[in-house]
Amino acid sequence: MENLTFTQEVKPPDTKKGPVKWLKDNLFNTWYNTILTCLALVFLFFVFRGVLTWVFTQANWQVIPANLQIFSIGPYPLEQIWRVSYVIYGLAVLLGLSAGIWNGLTRQITVVIGCLGAIILLLPFATSIREQTLIATVILAVSFAIGRNKDNWKQWVVVGWVLSFPWTMMMLHGFGADTVSTTLWGGLLLTLILAAVGIVACFPLGVLLALGRRSQLPAIKWVSTVYIETVRGVPLIAILFMGNVLLPIFMAGDFQLDKVIRAMIALTLFSAAYMAENVRGGLQAIPQGQVEAAQAVGLTYPKATLFIVLPQALRAVIPAIVGQFISLFKDTSLVAIIGLLDLLGIGRSVLGNSEWTGLQAEVFLFIALIYFIFTYAMSHVSQKIEADLGVGKH
Amino acid sequence: MMEDNSPKVISDKIPFYRDIRFLKVFFQILFIIGIILLAVFLYSNMLNGLSKQGTELDLTFLNSEAGFELSEGIDFDPSETFLKAFWVGIVNTLKVSILGIFCATVIGFFFGIARLSSNWLIRQIASVYVECFRNIPLVLQIVFWYAIMLVLPGVGESISLFDSIFINVQGVYLPSLEGTAGLIPWVWYLLAGIILAIIVVLGLAAYRYFFQFRELHETDRPSFISNIIFGAKWVAAPIFLAVAIVGWFLTPEVPFELLQPELQRFGFVGGMNFSPEFTALLIGLAVYTSAFIAEVVRSGIQAVVKGQREAARSVGLKESQVLRLVVIPQAIPVIVPPLTSQYLNLAKNSSLAIFIGFPDLFQVGEIMMAQTGQSIPIFAMIMVSYLIMSLTTSAFMNWYNHRITRIGR
Repeated sequence: MENLTFTQEVKPPDTKKGPVKWLKDNLFNTWYNTILTCLALVFLFFVFRGVLTWVFTQANWQVIPANLQIFSIGPYPLEQIWRVSYVIYGLAVLLGLSAGIWNGLTRQITVVIGCLGAIILLLPFATSIREQTLIATVILAVSFAIGRNKDNWKQWVVVGWVLSFPWTMMMLHGFGADTVSTTLWGGLLLTLILAAVGIVACFPLGVLLALGRRSQLPAIKWVSTVYIETVRGVPLIAILFMGNVLLPIFMAGDFQLDKVIRAMIALTLFSAAYMAENVRGGLQAIPQGQVEAAQAVGLTYPKATLFIVLPQALRAVIPAIVGQFISLFKDTSLVAIIGLLDLLGIGRSVLGNSEWTGLQAEVFLFIALIYFIFTYAMSHVSQKIEADLGVGKH
Repeated sequence: MMEDNSPKVISDKIPFYRDIRFLKVFFQILFIIGIILLAVFLYSNMLNGLSKQGTELDLTFLNSEAGFELSEGIDFDPSETFLKAFWVGIVNTLKVSILGIFCATVIGFFFGIARLSSNWLIRQIASVYVECFRNIPLVLQIVFWYAIMLVLPGVGESISLFDSIFINVQGVYLPSLEGTAGLIPWVWYLLAGIILAIIVVLGLAAYRYFFQFRELHETDRPSFISNIIFGAKWVAAPIFLAVAIVGWFLTPEVPFELLQPELQRFGFVGGMNFSPEFTALLIGLAVYTSAFIAEVVRSGIQAVVKGQREAARSVGLKESQVLRLVVIPQAIPVIVPPLTSQYLNLAKNSSLAIFIGFPDLFQVGEIMMAQTGQSIPIFAMIMVSYLIMSLTTSAFMNWYNHRITRIGR
């Protein structure tokens, strides 16, 4: 005890703390680290100088603000744009309520999105965009205030989230005579829709395939295995093409699905195979004793799977599943090859405009930045969830 | 009373519709019938759809004249067959995949190790690299590199590196190794060296097995195979090397010569040329995959528990020995399986060549579909080609993984 107080009283000399110490420890601790640091600094200097010169003096960024609306919604008709706004308002209500009810991660995400909205307000976007952003941000804040401590609303909000999906699709497509054909969907809107549909649909299908592959019934096991391995063995682009070229041949009668739906089906079927492998990894990590215990207390196979095995299995593979969602999000960019106007497709069509030719680098970098923001946010959230659930700590 | 009841319940016959053994078989049969019905339905639809399009399934087109040109790959003439065109596509895919895998591995290991550097700056640079290139869709990167390739200076103003690598709007020109007249004699020397080495090794192994270790008991005696491995390592390799070196000087001409690309009136002559499409695809694939490989390498090295390093240091191993003898042998079995799937991803992703018009297997297939209308058989060919590639790579990697785990543990 005396020793402890003694050591606490001695203060380190100035060279053993503060920024000098940090520099010494992290950049100049050995002679080769010193050399490496110097080389890296030279390298960074040249890279930054080159990039900054290009960004501020050579690049022509006119193309981005001029086409901002096209990048966000593609050829979606302007007089129908209220549909998109309503969808965003609806989602803002749900998000605000959720942030009020569940604190922690949901609240953090909401705060970040709210801040993004505020930033958009300050930037020189078109007045209509700023107006709608203002409304959405206000709705978000108001519903957050309403939702605070309303614990008994939980189930309704969950129902709301489930319903938000068909609601979004119906809003965007419209009903009756006043519809917006899916061929007019494009830009970031289409990218997000494709990703959302793919994520929502591939998850249950993947779980089923994983259970099928682990099944004790040989017929089901073999069919699942062959499906998973075949799909994983071929590139996504082949499956997209197949949906585009072969599906019309295999469809009965004159009934034809439109292109966006075919792309959704292809993306879903493709990701489901990868999802199945991720889930299978989780299933394999569950000790047999869990299943036996569930059987011992009289649970049937579906109940044991749903309430005992899957919750544990899925929790164990959250990082892999989110990783799969991220790559699905990136993979949506491939639909440009079958002529859809997603973010990449719309970028290419903007470049096809004679006014903007030769600005490939600017447009592609802008699109890359959008993708990066989304995927980086997703992976950040996944790390948070992982930490919250304490995966790997038990 | 109680004792009478329980056996009675058990002896009761379970009705067949609740008998799990029966149900299992029943549901499987139902499932298979369902699958077959689906297949039949699709098949009849396909026949309908084909007759509506006015085509029939027919493979004879493969032997007819292709009539289109391919911008690169092994020599191909429009008068050659579709089958040959497809083969050119396969070779192009293999070429870009193998080169891509090589580059991605080198870059990926570099950044993976850099992420674990004790130097803060290096660590940050490496993680920025990984996060950037991992989070942007590959196809976007490929079209970006292609756009860059197309705004490079013209042939006259090529960017030159060390006066032997030239980069311009027509692609990248590299020096190449070409065999000379001395190559064939040298290959004969090599063959002779191999045969000599095999004879010596077998003889040595037999000597050691039957004479040197004869007194030892069967279980203590090194097996014949391990004797061969011993000989291969200590005798055959030096013999082979010696023959190769002596042969190099005995041949009339040096077997290889370095051909430098030279600027002549109509562009560069000599050396190797990577077209802009090929270069863009290669850079895209290598950079994108290397970001993932860096993560694989990093997590593999981090998977080796800290205690192992500390223990190795405490028994007095040098830092390089700690890495070579303790960390790497334990990290490799962790690294290899995800590394394999990254290689497979790279091979499959090479199909994105279609975005920039590089004639890989997929793009050639697409041209063939457009020309013949035989989409179903051509799709089958494309799928089977990719599946063969995937399955052989994963079989090889499984074998390697199996071997390395046995040695490592």
